[in-house]
Amino acid sequence: MIYNIPYIAVVTLVLIGLYAVIMKRNLIKIVIGITLIESGVNLFLITLAYREDSVAPIYHGSGMRLMSLPVPHALTLTSIVIGVAVLALMLSLIIHIYKHYGTLDAKEIGRKEE
Amino acid sequence: MNGFENILSDLLVHSPALIVAIPLLGAFLTPFFGKVHNTARNTFVLIIVLLTSFFSFLLVHDILVNGNIHTYVFGGGSALTSGGFAVRILFQVDGLNAFMAIIATLFAIVGVIYSWSFMKEHTGLSKYYTLYLLMIAGIFGMVLTGDMFNFFVFLEITSIASCALIAFYTNKGKAVDAGFKYIVVSATGALFVLFAIAILYGQYNALNIAVLASNIQFSFLDRIALVLLISGLAMKAGIVPMHMWLPDAYGRAPSSVTLLLIVATQASLYGALRMIFTLFGGQLSRSVNEVGGIEINVNLLIGAVLVGLAILTIFVGVLMALKESDFKRMIGFAAVAEIGYMILAIGAALTIMFSVNDLETSRLALNGGIFHIFNDALDVGLLFLVAGAVYYATKETSLNRLGGLARNMKYTTVFFLIGLLAVAGMPPMNGFSSKLIIYQSTFLVNPILSIIAILCSILLLAVFVKVFYSAFLGPKQAKYEKVKEAPKSMLVAMAIVAGIILFIGLFPDIFISNVVEPATRALVNSGEYIQYIMGVI
Amino acid sequence: MMGMSKIVKTMVSVALPLTLIYGLYIIAHGHLTPGGGFQGGAVVASGLAMLVVSYGSVWTMDRIKEKHLSSLESLGAFGFIGLAFLGLIFGSWFFNNFLLGNEYLFGMIGEGASNINTAGVIPLMNFAVGLKVIAGLFAIVLVMAYATSKKGGDL
Repeated sequence: MIYNIPYIAVVTLVLIGLYAVIMKRNLIKIVIGITLIESGVNLFLITLAYREDSVAPIYHGSGMRLMSLPVPHALTLTSIVIGVAVLALMLSLIIHIYKHYGTLDAKEIGRKEE
Repeated sequence: MNGFENILSDLLVHSPALIVAIPLLGAFLTPFFGKVHNTARNTFVLIIVLLTSFFSFLLVHDILVNGNIHTYVFGGGSALTSGGFAVRILFQVDGLNAFMAIIATLFAIVGVIYSWSFMKEHTGLSKYYTLYLLMIAGIFGMVLTGDMFNFFVFLEITSIASCALIAFYTNKGKAVDAGFKYIVVSATGALFVLFAIAILYGQYNALNIAVLASNIQFSFLDRIALVLLISGLAMKAGIVPMHMWLPDAYGRAPSSVTLLLIVATQASLYGALRMIFTLFGGQLSRSVNEVGGIEINVNLLIGAVLVGLAILTIFVGVLMALKESDFKRMIGFAAVAEIGYMILAIGAALTIMFSVNDLETSRLALNGGIFHIFNDALDVGLLFLVAGAVYYATKETSLNRLGGLARNMKYTTVFFLIGLLAVAGMPPMNGFSSKLIIYQSTFLVNPILSIIAILCSILLLAVFVKVFYSAFLGPKQAKYEKVKEAPKSMLVAMAIVAGIILFIGLFPDIFISNVVEPATRALVNSGEYIQYIMGVI
Repeated sequence: MMGMSKIVKTMVSVALPLTLIYGLYIIAHGHLTPGGGFQGGAVVASGLAMLVVSYGSVWTMDRIKEKHLSSLESLGAFGFIGLAFLGLIFGSWFFNNFLLGNEYLFGMIGEGASNINTAGVIPLMNFAVGLKVIAGLFAIVLVMAYATSKKGGDL
């Protein structure tokens, strides 16, 4: 049972993130929701790489022991970089929207006429 | 001549990588040219796009005429290591990829020619051209790749570059708001796709599409992965109920950006097709009995869901277009309806794919759906180019205030007429050919589908005739006295698209038998795609 | 934004070179230990963000112009793509590791536990990606801090 806890954490993170994206009206909370979904998916990728009693996949200085898979580590790294870029873009757009409309409420912005 | 043939065949071998790498190189060199002079930078971008299209036509010609499949392994070496593991990233190009590459090449050239004078009086143009070339590279990468995670990376590159371009008019709040909505939906959809890729990797230890397709069974986790893949890519393609970003984003972006945005949307649709037909291709004929003991075939289930979503999309698109009063938003809603037509044909083809006496109808429906991808991009693209020309001349987008433009902008009116007839499906335009195939094939599946499709087509014709009358015909208005015709490069771009519309409309057989048929054959025959990699040890 | 007090500025002057050296160490040893281009670049960029926070964004923006950062970023990206194209010219496949097998410059694989002069093109690509990430992330932090510092003015 204890080896299933990371998977339960992944599903919890993704569901909380989806709830924040769909139900919340403040723009910053929507951005936090997307970051939560992305953290959940990254955790899932890293959990898939673990084998029981394994060490880090570095070539020298580890002897003949079992190593965890290195490919999901590279996939997770790429996903983190993409997440940083998307987060920076969304926050820049929020700065522009706030300067233009003066509010961060999604319903109010949709109602205004330019 | 022998040396020339050798050079050409060498370039053909390396062309899948060069098609993606040359726009990337051009994108990072553009700011340096921008510091020198504006015209130098514009010429450089045009040269890069023409070079890319040369390699693209070389590759497409070889695939469609000779019927080969091209595989390119990045970094050299063979596709499979000893032991049968595919560890390297590869690009695999068959008939369907070649079809999408033609669309991307054509619209890249038209977009750059149109941008030459449409964006001339704005500042920040170095960044605009850099992002434009990045978007082109991302679309080509999405369309040519044979590896799942590579597809996800290019999907994200395209969505980030296009979000920054949608929010180009930063002095207007609405454009930035449209960009924000677009990036929220895009990022969520792409994260769903990544979740599905992680599930499939954890089960089968492979990221290559061909290797996955030969090992896949339809277990419980695979069904979750299929649902996540289809819903994530449907979010990016603008299918109801995830379509709310599409009219805003298409309407508020500059018109040359909207042109490429249409191609990016259809590349996501291509991704969904590739996942359903090739990745899960061998499993489509098995039956599941989830719903209370009844046995349903997988292809019937997926096909029925797609047809249901398609009917909803067509209805919502057309009905919302009726009440709009903004020029570009109305065309955006028409674009939503057109995507519904594509999904309708493909869903109908899926439901009868394996019954023995309906094989011809299924092939016909697939032909219609894939042909409609090309035609829809041309038609809706031409309408957006015309809307951009009207905005450039009058700085006005609301239909309530436009009127009587036909006296001053003769060529633009003619182009709008061609686009209008093509979208509504009137002969002799290309929309008629593809929509006729869709009506015919869906009638044989279920007559109600075809009746709904014809009705909504007529409604689209009504909407656009109203737009034509109120914007172009009608009495002359005083404030539009000095409006001039659109500049030459914009007219050249619109003429290229209109010329291709007329050509395909008058001679559809040439196009269908040479370009659409190989794509359909490559889509249905997933075994050849898999064997090309797995048979090479 | 305004800067902070004298104590904070003094401590940042001590801590910043250590952070920069640590980040460059992670970039340079990317093919031997965990790390590489993006990770080391993020460490250096967070050290430079420490500079922006403690000295104020107006002070930093006066000394480091944003267009120089833009050129550095393009240089890093061009270096990466250029190395890939050199793989096509010298190694006959795109992205090929063409430096493996010569005995002067980055030739071997796995020769000793911490020998930097190994693994071909990978350390050079790490440097290019590291430069791009440093310039990119620092530009994002600087421009965002500067944009929110003007009260009621334009961007």
